[in-house]
Amino acid sequence: MIKAILIFNNHGKPRMSKFYEHYTEDTEQQIIRETFHLVSKRDENVCNFLEGGLLIGGSENKLIYRHYATLYFVFCVDSSESELGILDLIQVFVETLDKCFENVCELDLIFHLDKVHNILAEMVMGGMVLETNMSEIITQVEAQGKMEKSETLTLLFIWQSMRQSQASRFSSKIS
Amino acid sequence: MPAVSKGDGMRGLAVFISDIRNCKSKEAEIKRINKELANIRSKFKGDKALDGYSKKKYVCKLLFIFLLGHDIDFGHMEAVNLLSSNKYTEKQIGYLFISVLVNSNSELIRLINNAIKNDLSSRNPTFMCLALHCIANVGSREMAEAFAGEIPRILVAGDTMDSVKQSAALCLLRLYKTSPDLVLMGEWTSRVVHLLNDQHMGVVTAAISLITCLSQKNPDEFKTCVSLAVSRLSRIVSSASTDLQDYTYYFVPAPWLSCKLLRLLQCYPPPEDGAVKGRLVECLETILNKAQEPPKSKKVQHSNAKNAILFEAISLIIHYDSEPNLLVRACNQLGQFLQHRETNLRYLALESMCTLASSEFSHEAVKTHIETVINALKTERDVSVRQRAADLLYAMCDRSNAKQIVAEMLSYLETADYSIREEMVLKVAILAEKYAVDYSWYVDTILNLIRIAGDYVSEEVWYRVIQIVINRDDVQGYAAKTVFEALQAPACHENMVKVGGYILGEFGNLIAGDPRSSPLVQFNLLHSKFHLCSVPTRALLLSAYIKFINLFPETKSTIQEVLRSDSQIRNSDVELQQRAVEYLKLSSIASTDVLATVLEEMPPFPERESSILAKLKKKKGPGAVSVNELEEGKREGGELNGGGERGDNSAIAASNASTPSPSADLLGLRTGPPVTAAAPSAGSLLVDVFSEAGVNDDGFLSSAPPSVVSEDPATPLPESNELLNKFVCKNNGVLFENQLLQIGIKSEYRQNLGRMYLFYGNKTSVQFITFTTTVTCPGELQSQLNVQSKPVEPLIEGGAQVQQVINIECLTDFSDAPLLNIKFRYGGALQNLTLKLPVTINKFFQPTEMASHDFFQRWKQLSLPQQEAQKIFKANHAMDTEVLKAKLLGLGMALLENVDPNPENFVCAGVIQTKAQQVGSLLRLEPNAQAQMYRLTVRSSKDTVSKRLCELLAEQF
Repeated sequence: MIKAILIFNNHGKPRMSKFYEHYTEDTEQQIIRETFHLVSKRDENVCNFLEGGLLIGGSENKLIYRHYATLYFVFCVDSSESELGILDLIQVFVETLDKCFENVCELDLIFHLDKVHNILAEMVMGGMVLETNMSEIITQVEAQGKMEKSETLTLLFIWQSMRQSQASRFSSKIS
Repeated sequence: MPAVSKGDGMRGLAVFISDIRNCKSKEAEIKRINKELANIRSKFKGDKALDGYSKKKYVCKLLFIFLLGHDIDFGHMEAVNLLSSNKYTEKQIGYLFISVLVNSNSELIRLINNAIKNDLSSRNPTFMCLALHCIANVGSREMAEAFAGEIPRILVAGDTMDSVKQSAALCLLRLYKTSPDLVLMGEWTSRVVHLLNDQHMGVVTAAISLITCLSQKNPDEFKTCVSLAVSRLSRIVSSASTDLQDYTYYFVPAPWLSCKLLRLLQCYPPPEDGAVKGRLVECLETILNKAQEPPKSKKVQHSNAKNAILFEAISLIIHYDSEPNLLVRACNQLGQFLQHRETNLRYLALESMCTLASSEFSHEAVKTHIETVINALKTERDVSVRQRAADLLYAMCDRSNAKQIVAEMLSYLETADYSIREEMVLKVAILAEKYAVDYSWYVDTILNLIRIAGDYVSEEVWYRVIQIVINRDDVQGYAAKTVFEALQAPACHENMVKVGGYILGEFGNLIAGDPRSSPLVQFNLLHSKFHLCSVPTRALLLSAYIKFINLFPETKSTIQEVLRSDSQIRNSDVELQQRAVEYLKLSSIASTDVLATVLEEMPPFPERESSILAKLKKKKGPGAVSVNELEEGKREGGELNGGGERGDNSAIAASNASTPSPSADLLGLRTGPPVTAAAPSAGSLLVDVFSEAGVNDDGFLSSAPPSVVSEDPATPLPESNELLNKFVCKNNGVLFENQLLQIGIKSEYRQNLGRMYLFYGNKTSVQFITFTTTVTCPGELQSQLNVQSKPVEPLIEGGAQVQQVINIECLTDFSDAPLLNIKFRYGGALQNLTLKLPVTINKFFQPTEMASHDFFQRWKQLSLPQQEAQKIFKANHAMDTEVLKAKLLGLGMALLENVDPNPENFVCAGVIQTKAQQVGSLLRLEPNAQAQMYRLTVRSSKDTVSKRLCELLAEQF
C-alpha cells in the first residue's frame, strides 16, 4: 500500500502532499520535513530506494523517489509494493502531468494544486493503484476539463501571461 | 490542447499565491496568510450568501494555506455545502477539501455521508467516482457503516461503468482495511474473483488489490483466484508487446498487473492442480528467459518495468521454495544483477538474495557470491545499498564462512555510517556467538567490537560476553588475559572498562601468576580508568575491588585506602558512597571465611535466549528476525554454554526450584532467574552492579512516596486476558509489546507479599513525554489486594528503559486482576493503554510436600461439593510430560511424585497465603492422551479459590 505521496522542491517547500493514512497535521508537516531531509542529502545516481523515516514507520516502509529538475516526487510504500513498479508509477504520474499541463513545471503545481490532486486521484485511490494506463487517465482528466469549461466562464488569461514571465526561471524538463 | 485548461483559473487565487511567493520573509508570509484567513472568515460569516464560484475560490485558498503547513480550523461547513452543488467543479473542490482536511472523527461526517449517498445514487459516473474517492480517502467507521453494504453491490452490478467499478473495488478495499467486521462476505465475493477475467485491464488492476487483501484474510474462500490469476498471467506473459495496446508500457505488456498477479500468488502455496502448476512454471520460465533477451528499448523505464516483473517472479519462486531448478536460475539471475551498473538493481538483488539465502536449495548457491557482496559492502557509494549488503552477509553466514564474514564486517565497522553501526554491532555479536567454534575467537571478536565501535555496543552485547565467559571455564583465563591487555591502551572505551572490571574481579586470579599482571598491577590498571568513568561503571568497579580483596588478600590495604578516601566515602552520589562504606566495613570486619562466601565466584547463568538476538529483533521490528532464526539462536546458545537444560520449560522449572531473586536477573527480561543464588545476599549485592535498575530496587534507597491508587474506570485492551494467562505459570517475561513500547515484567512473591518490576522500554528513537502509569484495583479487588506503585520517570528517552516497582499485598483471596493504565505522549499524540497486571491468586502459593497417605486423607477431608471445582477440557498444547510438570511447578504448588496410583496423573499440593487466612489447595490433573483431553480437579478449603484456580489452569494446558 502507498502510505503517502509527497512532492517538494529542492528547498523542501511542499508542493503537494497526500497521505493515505491518518496523521495529525503537525505530524504530516514533520513527515514532509523528515523525508526531505532524508532524500535531499543523497547524491544523484544513487539508488532510488531507502528506508522510511521514523515518523512514517521506519524500516517497515520504503521511500521510493525520483528527482526531476527542481522537484522531488516521493512515494512512501509498505513492503507489499514492488519498488520498480512504484518507480514506473512515478514516471507515469509525471508524464501524465506533463501531458496535462504541456511541459509541466513547478509553477503549474503551485497554481493548480486542485488539478494535480485530481490527476493523482485518477491513478491512486486510498493508497492503492487505480489505473496505470496513461491515455485512460488523460481521457478522464480531459472529460473533467470539458465539464469545467462548460460550467465556468472563461476568465482572463492572466495566468498565461504570468506564467510566461516566470517560467523562464525554472528549467524543468522531464526526461 | 492540454487536458487542463489554464485560462479559467481563479484570479483571486492566483494573485494570493503570487503574493505569498513574493514574500521576502517567513514573517511576511504569515502576515499575508493571516490577513487572507481573516478575509475568508469574514466572507464566510458575512450576511451575503456566497455564490458557488466564490466558495470554490476561498476553499482553494484554504487548501493552499493548509499545504504550507498552517492549521485550518474553519471552512469545513462551506466545503460540505459545495458537495450538494450540481456543478461538477464546485462539487469536486468540496470533495477535495474534505479528502485532504477532514479526518475520520469529524462531526460533519453525517452531513458528508448524506451528500455521498445522493451522489452514489445519481447514476452519474463522474459524481459516483467523486463520492467513492471521498469514502476511500476518509475511510471512517461511520462511512463504513453507511456504505459497506452498498459498495459491493455497485462493484458487481452488470450495468456499472468500468471507471466506477475500479473506484468501487478500491473503495471497498479501504473500508475492509479499516473495518473488516462491517464488510460482510456474501454472494458478491465469488463474483469479485471473476473480475480477474474482466475485459478492461484497469478493472483487473484495481480488483486485484482488493482480491489480494481479501485472500490474505480468508485464503480458503478465495482459493479459486489462483487458477484465474495463473491463466491471466500466462495470457499477459505470452502476449506480444503490441497486444495490450495502452497497457503496454515501454514494450512491456501490463507490467503493473503482472507484478500484482505474482504478488497475489504469493498468498498461496504452489497450486495442487498439475495443469495449473505446469502453466505457472512455464510463465516463470518465460519471465526468466526474457531477462536474458536483448532489451527492446534503451530507456530506463523499459528495463524497470521488465525487472519489476522479474523480481516479483523471483519472490514467488523463493516463496514456493520447491523447484530447485527455478531457484538456482533465480539465484544466477540475481548474481548477474549484483554486478549490474544500475544501483537500483544491485539494491534489489541484494535484498532478494537475503530471502534466497534461507532456502536450503539455494543457500550454497548464494554463498558463491560472497566476494561480490563483500566488495559491495566496501565500495558501494550508497549507504542503503551497503546496508543491504551487510544484511545479506548476515543471512548467508554459516559455520564455513563465519570467520571471514565477521572479519569483513568488523573492518567495515571502522568506517561504517553512524546510522547503521548499532545494528552492525548486534549482527557481529550474534554471528560471533552463533558460529563460535573456539571461544577465544568469540572473546576477541567482542572485545574488538568494543574497541572499534564502543559507543554502539549496547548493554546486551557486553552482558552476553560476560555471561558466556562465566559459563565456560575453558575461556576464563584467556578472557582475563585479553581484557587485561586491552585495558592497557591509553584510551579505552567505557564498555571495555566494564567488561574488564567484571572479568578481572571474577577471574583476575587466573593471570595473577605472571608478574606483569600481578594483583596490584591489575588493580592499578583498573583504578587508573576509574576517574574517567560514569557513575554506573564506577559502582561496578567498586564491586570489582571488593572482589579483589577476596581474590588477593595482599591488595586489601591498598584497596581499603582507596575506599576510605574522601572521594569515595563522601562521594556525592549516594550509590557510590554507600558501596564504599559497605565494602569498606565488610572488608574490615568480616572474617576470611565470610568474605569468601559473600564474594564467591558467580554461579553459571541459566541458559536463555540470547538477549542480543532479542534486541536485534526489537530494533528491526517484529517479523524482521524470523522465528526460525530465533529458535536456532536458542539452540546454538544452548550448545555454546554447554548447559544441559534449555528452553522455556526448564527455565520455569528452574525458577521454581530456587528462591526467585529478580534482581539477579540481569541479562534479559524474557527469562527466569538463575538456577541457584548461592548466597542470596552476595548474589544481589554483586549483581546489581549491572543495572542501575538494581540499584534502585533495593527499596530502602528510594524515598519517593508511592503514588496514590485511585479509581479509574479504564477498560483494558481486549487481549489483556490472554496476556494474563501467559503469566499464570511464570513470573518473568514480556507483558506487552507494540510498535512504540515494550513492557517487561519480573516478579517475586513470598508469603502473601509480592514485588513486581515493570520495565518500560521506548522502542522508538523519539522520547516519550509525560509518561505516567497508574495501577488500580477495580471493584471488590480493592479490599482484597493492596497494591502500591512507585512513581515512574515522566520522560523516557528514545531507546531507553525505565523501571517501576510495584508492591503487592494479598489481603484475602481474589479473582480479578489489577489494571495498569499507561499514558504518554509520543510525537505529540497521546497514547493511552490499559493492561491487566498478571497478579493471580496462585502467585501466593506456598508448596507443601506430603506423602501419598496424607494427600488422600486431606483430599477426603475437602469433600464438600462447593470445595471442589472440576473442568474437562481439550488440550491446547502438546501433551508433553516435562512441559506439564514445568507448568505445574510454575503454578507454585508442590508437584507430588508417587502419590497417584496412575503414574500418568499429576497431583499437587500447596497453601495460598493471604493476610486474612491460609487456604490449603489440592490439585489433580488427569491427561488422556488418546482423546487429547484433560480432567482437572481442584479442591481447596475455600470455594472461590477452587473455582478461580480451575479457571486459570484450564487455559494453560
